[in-house]
Amino acid sequence: MTEFPATPLILNGLFLGCLATLVFGAVLAVTSARLIRSVCGLAVCCFGLAGLYYFLHSPFLALMEILIYVGAVCVTLVFAIMLAEPNEPGRTETSGSTLAWGGLAFATAGSLFAGLFWLGYRGPWSAPVGPVGDGSIAAIGRALLTTYSMAFELISVALLVAILGALAIARAGRTRPDSIAPDKAVSSKPIAEPAPALTVVTGALDQDTVVSGSRDLVAP
Amino acid sequence: MNSPLLYNQLTIYLATAAFLLVIGVFGLLRRRTLIGMLISGELIFSAASLNLMAFNRFTAHDPVVGQVFVLFLMGLAAAEVAIALSIIVAVYRNYRSVTTRELSELKG
Repeated sequence: MTEFPATPLILNGLFLGCLATLVFGAVLAVTSARLIRSVCGLAVCCFGLAGLYYFLHSPFLALMEILIYVGAVCVTLVFAIMLAEPNEPGRTETSGSTLAWGGLAFATAGSLFAGLFWLGYRGPWSAPVGPVGDGSIAAIGRALLTTYSMAFELISVALLVAILGALAIARAGRTRPDSIAPDKAVSSKPIAEPAPALTVVTGALDQDTVVSGSRDLVAP
Repeated sequence: MNSPLLYNQLTIYLATAAFLLVIGVFGLLRRRTLIGMLISGELIFSAASLNLMAFNRFTAHDPVVGQVFVLFLMGLAAAEVAIALSIIVAVYRNYRSVTTRELSELKG
């Protein structure tokens, strides 16, 4: 059976493409002044990372990376950006101290990278001896439901608690209009903007908020 | 196969993970809003996942272990993002700002 010509070249090209995507996305995520671009950079970076996972013999985790990071984390970040500030504020300090702190951050990052790269390059990493499992999706599923079933259930409990906690924390600042003084109600109205994800859950409790809001819309 | 296959070398993955960690630390030091810092934290999470997956591929006996571990890591990262974003929304509601410079009420 003859091999397709130039297979190593194509594979190397694909790998370098994934690597370039990851680096470009990471740089965009960190350096962009607009936060929405930085979230897009994070999404691009996660696509590159998914490609690297694929090259690491793990198509399952590549798909999970796209599903969880691009599909859930980035979308939630976009929601938060819409609710809060869209931009990094302009620099208020003098340019000298900005340069000093930027230089300090760069020096920290550079020395960390040099140290880690040296460790990774010189480290005595040894290939495994003896039989090696295949790491297929079927094996992952079997392991999740046998060896790691306890951790599997615990992670679902942790996610549930996190969702409930997020609802409780984001709800804490909001009060019902009939329980506070009228002047405070007026002053706190623009503040009490519910998160889109929370509107569904707390919609039943906030009937009067919605009604008064629509009356405000009609009145002028 | 004359040319070496780049994706079969552990060092490249380790260098990439180190780069992700470093650029995350750089962003954490340099960003001035909570959301920007959270994005940098996600990059650091990705660096840890990539490192685990690289060692799982090249030095582990059973490649399932690392994949399951990274899967749990992703779940925890998602939970962390949900909590952090709700805190950010609550902070923005109280201070009308998510700039770290403004959030200095406890500062002496």
